[in-house]
Amino acid sequence: MTNVDALLQQDIPLVRRLLVSAIRTELGRFGFKKGVLGLSGGVDSSLAAFLAAEALGPENVRAVLMPYRTSAPDSAADAMEVIRLLGLNHVTIDITGMVEPLFAQLPNMSQRRRGNVMARARMIVLYDQSEEWGGLVIGTSNKTELLLGYGTLFGDMASAVNPLGDLYKTQVRQLARAVGVPERIIAKPPSADLWPGQTDEGEMGLTYAEVDKVLYLLVDERRTLAEVVGMGFSEAFVRQVWRMVQRNQYKRCPPTIAKVSSRTLDWEFRMPRDWGT
Amino acid sequence: MDSQFTVGLAQTFPRLGDVEANLQRHLELAREAQGLGVDLLIFPELSLTGYTLRELVPHVAIRPSPEHPMWKPLLEASASMALVVGFVEEDARHRFFASSAFLDGGRVVHVHRKVYLPTYGLFEEGRYLCAGDGFRAFDTRFGRCGIAICEDAWHISTPYLLWMDGADYLIFCSASPAYGVGTEQEGATANAATVTQFTKTYATLLTSYAFHVNRVGVEEGISFWGGSLAVSPRGQVVAQAPYFEEALVPLEVDPGLLRAARQRLPLLRDEKPLTVLHELSRILSEERRHDER
Repeated sequence: MTNVDALLQQDIPLVRRLLVSAIRTELGRFGFKKGVLGLSGGVDSSLAAFLAAEALGPENVRAVLMPYRTSAPDSAADAMEVIRLLGLNHVTIDITGMVEPLFAQLPNMSQRRRGNVMARARMIVLYDQSEEWGGLVIGTSNKTELLLGYGTLFGDMASAVNPLGDLYKTQVRQLARAVGVPERIIAKPPSADLWPGQTDEGEMGLTYAEVDKVLYLLVDERRTLAEVVGMGFSEAFVRQVWRMVQRNQYKRCPPTIAKVSSRTLDWEFRMPRDWGT
Repeated sequence: MDSQFTVGLAQTFPRLGDVEANLQRHLELAREAQGLGVDLLIFPELSLTGYTLRELVPHVAIRPSPEHPMWKPLLEASASMALVVGFVEEDARHRFFASSAFLDGGRVVHVHRKVYLPTYGLFEEGRYLCAGDGFRAFDTRFGRCGIAICEDAWHISTPYLLWMDGADYLIFCSASPAYGVGTEQEGATANAATVTQFTKTYATLLTSYAFHVNRVGVEEGISFWGGSLAVSPRGQVVAQAPYFEEALVPLEVDPGLLRAARQRLPLLRDEKPLTVLHELSRILSEERRHDER
């Protein structure tokens, strides 16, 4: 069987250099020296904070803590530890008062809907902080989440630049360890913390260790489903993963524009995002 | 074959990336066409896969071999009716082509690989596909035919070459997107007007039958305009499908019209392909070409 663990290993100093430089350059070209990010105390946002601090200087990074009344207290403690280690500017804005009126109006709202509302409330806060602080929003979604669609559209998926979007969760952990994210944060079970006891792996019914290998083979290595099954992964699992990737493609694309003219945005009008910078 | 026969223009809305579903739709339409007495049923470009495939290309590619599970039912259906179907073809060395195959009598009579892959404007075919390298007319029980796929037909040398190779029936298979909504052509987009115009012009100047079969539906926000068309060797529109809607349009083809048109307008008789060849050779060899840059 192909040693996929070895394939998921990266040249850590090189990746770190590329990501730090990308954050600095992409923010800088739009005339920004500062960045703002939502810090949950999880490994993804902690790593993003470390990289942003290295790229922009800790005084130019605002970490925004956005707890809800049921958020795990450990999350805030871990986030504060990152802020302390790096010396980041920070602010805490509780979203309970934003979302509860809607929950009260719609008492039958499912856990998933409430989770999405909370993720979008946090987006509102972050973009408002972006304006107030004069810095762009730095994203924290990793490649595994983006591929599986484990994120809220226009919620936690919203950002100006995302340094983690091309790193699988396994690779996020490797890099986090190398840059000095506390081991406690790296080791705890990943969770969106949208309700008590929620974990990514529990909710999706898979483990990152396993799914990252399958994703890497299907996406990066361009292997067919049959080939990946032939490498020893269960067929049901491989199919489930690929279905998730397929079903969530829309989340990774801008909204569909109904074409009528001969120069439609994104089809014939293909200017670079960094146009004029 | 000098007797009349019936062509069916199958203006379909393929499901993007779902070869199995599209195959079933092909078989369904073939049965329906049989009821209408159709002898030759023509499907649009990439009718088995949909158009805006991007990196789905390798996922939907097939080898046109009788053993392939997608190919077998089509060959079986072609036992009673000739079919032109569009698909992504994978060759033995894993290159992918936008191809259209002419099937008849349970076998593959001819496969045309799209030569001109548009890679400008909204088109990105050159990124995902390999270009074919030739135009060949081929014999069928109806007469000699030639296939061109969408952009192929925008290059005027394409129908000319097929004509010189003996084709009396030009089959254009398209997935032509709708854009340009000026007020010149009511109910049709600007490029629809252009394609309709050149299809009529080709049929007239080549004194041949021209069939243009275009798809409909919407993919990735892009509408396809349909408006499939059959033009007689006299340049008359003898059948036209509606814009934007699925349709199966049958039409009678009268080979006698080829004979009549070529008496009235003996362009084929008087054509000087050797002069074309000499002039092209001269043009391509002259230094002048480089100075023009």
